[in-house]
Amino acid sequence: MKAASEEFIVLSGATATIVSVLGVIVGLILALFGQDEVIRLHGLLFLAASAAAGYYVMTHPRPVDADEQSHYMDGPVKVATIAAVVWGIVGFAVGDLIAWQLAFPDLNFDLPWTNFGRLRPVHTSAVIFAFGGNALIATSMYVVQRTCRARMFGYWLPYFVVWGYQLFIVLAASGYVLGVTAAREYAEPEWYVDIWLTIVWVAYLLVFLGTLWKRREPHIYVANWFYLAFIVTIAMLHIVNNLAIPVSFLGSKSYSLFSGVQDAMTQWWYGHNAVGFFLTAGFLGIMYYFIPKRVERPVYSYRLSIVHFWSLIFIYIWAGPHHLHYTALPEWAQTLGMTFSIILWMPSWGGMINGLMTLSGAWDRLRTDPVVRLLVVSVAFYGMSTFEGPLMSIKSVNSLSHYTDWTIGHVHSGALGWVGMVSFGAIYCLVPWLWKRKGLYSLRLVEWHFWTATIGIVLYITAMWVSGITQGLMWRAYDNLGFLKYSFVESVEAMHWPYIIRATGGLLFLIGGVLMAINVWRTIRGELSSDIAEQPASAAAPELRHVPAATPAE
Amino acid sequence: MKHDIFEKNSMVLMIGILIVVSIGGLVEIAPLFFLSSTIEKVQGMRPYSPLELAGRDIYVREGCYNCHSQMIRSMRDEIERYGHYSLAAESMYDHPFQWGSKRTGPDLARVGGKYSDAWHVDHMRRPRSVVPESVMPGYPFLEQRKLDYSDIDKRMQALRVAGVPYSDEMIEKAKSDVVAQISPDSKESKALLERYPKAQVRKFDGTQAEEPTELDAMIAYLQMLGTLVDFTTFDAAGPNLR
Repeated sequence: MKAASEEFIVLSGATATIVSVLGVIVGLILALFGQDEVIRLHGLLFLAASAAAGYYVMTHPRPVDADEQSHYMDGPVKVATIAAVVWGIVGFAVGDLIAWQLAFPDLNFDLPWTNFGRLRPVHTSAVIFAFGGNALIATSMYVVQRTCRARMFGYWLPYFVVWGYQLFIVLAASGYVLGVTAAREYAEPEWYVDIWLTIVWVAYLLVFLGTLWKRREPHIYVANWFYLAFIVTIAMLHIVNNLAIPVSFLGSKSYSLFSGVQDAMTQWWYGHNAVGFFLTAGFLGIMYYFIPKRVERPVYSYRLSIVHFWSLIFIYIWAGPHHLHYTALPEWAQTLGMTFSIILWMPSWGGMINGLMTLSGAWDRLRTDPVVRLLVVSVAFYGMSTFEGPLMSIKSVNSLSHYTDWTIGHVHSGALGWVGMVSFGAIYCLVPWLWKRKGLYSLRLVEWHFWTATIGIVLYITAMWVSGITQGLMWRAYDNLGFLKYSFVESVEAMHWPYIIRATGGLLFLIGGVLMAINVWRTIRGELSSDIAEQPASAAAPELRHVPAATPAE
Repeated sequence: MKHDIFEKNSMVLMIGILIVVSIGGLVEIAPLFFLSSTIEKVQGMRPYSPLELAGRDIYVREGCYNCHSQMIRSMRDEIERYGHYSLAAESMYDHPFQWGSKRTGPDLARVGGKYSDAWHVDHMRRPRSVVPESVMPGYPFLEQRKLDYSDIDKRMQALRVAGVPYSDEMIEKAKSDVVAQISPDSKESKALLERYPKAQVRKFDGTQAEEPTELDAMIAYLQMLGTLVDFTTFDAAGPNLR
């Protein structure tokens, strides 16, 4: 691998220094002249982060180990991997707290910062963008280097991407708690946080593309198509959906550029494709690298991956209007959305089949390797929720399911089952590979994680099916005199036990996340594995495979 | 295989992706800005009064949309439970829209006038004092906080940039109109009603304080929701047929 030239490192250092000085200036302006408390606080945070970054860059003018330049760049991957584990626990914990709030409303404490309305965006952003986003950044940066056989593009830029992204998460979440929100689901960050994310995202695209340009393989591997589609499309969706008019360039408040029906359509075009491109395309990239690597089998069908890639990204983008059935959105748009949502079933299952059939000849690994089981069960959940989704997009089904907990259950079978499990599987693969260990600290702990998470998911989604369908049926029930049978609050009362069961399921899922953190932490510390004999060869870092046991540790 | 061109050129792959993912959005979103049938022609819609707008901003800030929809679907049970199905025209000045996606609590599109101010005051303070089975958080801090409307004119200006037809006069009188709406029978309140027909003028939070609280703004907003459009003159046929 070609080492980065001295001039390139100096140039990168100079750029990084200039950017951090700019960051300090912007932060200082917002901290001093900001028109509300939150933007002043955020200015201060921005200033501190820029100053810390600038100090680090200036005190590290050249690589400590010049030899390092001829290897893959794994520093940013490590940061994002640990961040995914930490933010995952935060996101699951806040989610479980608000689940208990719905069963026992006194847990809101009736304070602005702890009420459900402000904490729910903290949960959704933490799990989607903080946990999922870091898993995607970590895996994409790892995969693109290996499949291109090239060191990641940039010297400081990849670090800017991962740390800039963490700053985005902190700004967004602290804003929600303090009441700064754009009030559009999964796009809640206010205008200045959106601008910051745009800058970080463009840098991410540049790092990814730059690495593709440096590749020493003629072909771009299929996982990278999905990662590239994810990065590019999220940029498009993020920019269009967050167009807004700030009240003041020194204040946190803004109003979205669009209103009413156009705003609703744009938001759900964004919202459904946050699912399609963030939570699906990106994670399919994970599937296409980590399943074949872990089970040491080639991808089942190359042709299928081409067909399902292009059809998936073309069709997904149309599916948004199924969030707006029977609303004031013109009917032609609703019908288009429904039609494409049903068609979407096919490419989704194309991906599922390609992932599952990759195990051909290695199905025994399901029994012996819980990491494989996490990866495979995640694909099974993907298949289940991509069947349920088209079903719920049919207008007559949607008339029952919309506005109810069924939607929440559907989202979580995708989010906990597919996104969560495939990320856990990838993290369990990545940690020994990145930190050059012979395996995980404990495969048995992975087994425990798998079962607590699986039981948690089953409790969660069955409780939500029951409560969602109950709600839908109670709202439309008539008595024999032709009057509505139930008042709204009777449907609220009926949700009490399903909500307790759901929160219990969520607690199990959270416990699984904590088990993972312990396992990851001990693996990184280099503690001796208790069950290394049971772990497959692919659990070890590539450098350590097929090496005599007598080799001294690094 | 012909797919080679995408697999060997990252820029071709990226441009291919961009083209493929742009089509659906262009077909579904762009026409909504041009087709005149998208937003019905109705009588009575007007921009929010400054106090109502301040209330709406609090509704947004507290994340009420996480549990309450503002979109009555065109189904028999919804119309009987909540009132006439929602029109696109009714949210034409909503930046952002607050249609919501989940009903942990009931729809609020036509909650205006359904309950008394006193009920709302109690409900905000302690929801289970009026609805024992409710799971809504309490918002006792709203009545304790003075409403900050120091930049209400700037907020209206921003909305005007986004397309809300606030006149120069409305923006100039914005701050005094906030107070006017909680000062019944005053000269200013009559002028307010000229600018914002059907606006409700009274002290909403049940106190006699001269300065508006956040609760005043919130209840003023809730009490006007769904009350503007005159459905006696609304014709779902003709040009409004979609």
